[in-house]
Amino acid sequence: MSKQLTNWFRFASPQTFYPLAGKMIPVFWVLTALFGAAGLWMGFFVAPTDATQGEGYRIIFVHVPTSWMSMFIYLVMAGWAAMGLSLNARLSSMMAQALAPTGALMAFLSLWTGAFWGKPMWGTWWVWDARLTSELILFFLYLGFIALQASIEDPRRADKAGAILALVGVVNVPIIYFSVTWWNTLHQGASVSINKSPTMAMTMLWGMLLMALCLWMYSIAVALTRVRAIILERESHTEWVKQLPEMTREVAA
Amino acid sequence: MSAILAVVQRDLLVVVRRKSEVLTALFFFVIVSSLFPLGIGPEPGLLRKIAPGVLWVGALLATMLALQRMFAADHADGTLEQMAISPSPLVGLVVGKIAAHWLVSGLPLVLMAPVLGLQFDLDAGALGVLVLALLLGTPVLSLIGAIGAALTLGVRGGGVLLSLLVLPLFVPVLIFGAGAVESHIAGLGAGGHLSLLAALLALSVFFAPWAATAALRIALE
Repeated sequence: MSKQLTNWFRFASPQTFYPLAGKMIPVFWVLTALFGAAGLWMGFFVAPTDATQGEGYRIIFVHVPTSWMSMFIYLVMAGWAAMGLSLNARLSSMMAQALAPTGALMAFLSLWTGAFWGKPMWGTWWVWDARLTSELILFFLYLGFIALQASIEDPRRADKAGAILALVGVVNVPIIYFSVTWWNTLHQGASVSINKSPTMAMTMLWGMLLMALCLWMYSIAVALTRVRAIILERESHTEWVKQLPEMTREVAA
Repeated sequence: MSAILAVVQRDLLVVVRRKSEVLTALFFFVIVSSLFPLGIGPEPGLLRKIAPGVLWVGALLATMLALQRMFAADHADGTLEQMAISPSPLVGLVVGKIAAHWLVSGLPLVLMAPVLGLQFDLDAGALGVLVLALLLGTPVLSLIGAIGAALTLGVRGGGVLLSLLVLPLFVPVLIFGAGAVESHIAGLGAGGHLSLLAALLALSVFFAPWAATAALRIALE
């Protein structure tokens, strides 16, 4: 029993996680490329032209997955932050910190591709509709989280303060998700839902899901790369970091 | 309870001794909302249309002005640490400080708003809704703001950071607060918006003091 427990928590320490992350990153990059190629091929060549929106709808293959990821990454980030706060686990807080820039990027891309889609379809780059506004707030929440962590010198205090901010901001995620249901505004309703059959062609749905998987893998790969950098930065005083082959090589050169 | 009242009383006394801080925020509110008719033009129809938004944004920014000082002075002279180690629970003292902040920065805005509303040619009914909405909304601003103030306590460039953290969280209050007055003017009734504001108030009264207390403990470590 105790052996199992130690195995389970083995990778909770930066020292053991660092090499594991290094091994996992190439795998996730390969998966990103595979899913991305398949998703783009589905999206651009297999999916039919939309009956009402013509070819312009194809931006959906970037727009919807980035929007999903922006909300999902926030939840994951808040989850890691809460774990870091309650269990006092350093690696969890580092994961939260590593995810924030990727989440901000996804929120930005979602807003940007939405503007590109909105211009031909609605005739405007931006409307102050519930979903757009709440997604913009999500982007600001990411920026606030990053800015708060960056401006506090002591990393432990930065972790905890960021965790509280992330948890307070979580209320925004369900508001974005349900905004198209609660408010009847310009943004179209959800195209995909769990409890009813999708209102789009299956090939379109597959293209979107493959792109979502691609972004998922990309986010994991980038977050792992970033968490490795954070580990190196924060643990630079420790002996195990000094003995890493990449560190000794640098010193030798 | 007596500890909360003691904190409220003390903070109010501090403010009475240094009146300029309160008056600055209030004058800011008055001047900002008076600048809009000058900048946009004195056409009454247009002014009536922008009044709810302008007054609410003014209230938001005026609340921000006083927010940073909620814990800063007590943190600087060590009073906050004494409060944290005192036998009464810290969360109660935080509630007291938030209440004092609202009495000093929120309540004057509520009382001042009808006068400013007259500048924008609002009728008596709309003024009533405006006051009611501010009465429900400004405590939420103080409550959410307390979390931000505690998080940025003693942080480099805390003032600017505080607005970056807190203003996005203020957005729902702004939307429903201004929406209440707008829908009253449009003849739709403000009930729905006011209920949502009351719900926000109930929610933040319940959660915000705990979050602010946790943030304070982190800052005091």
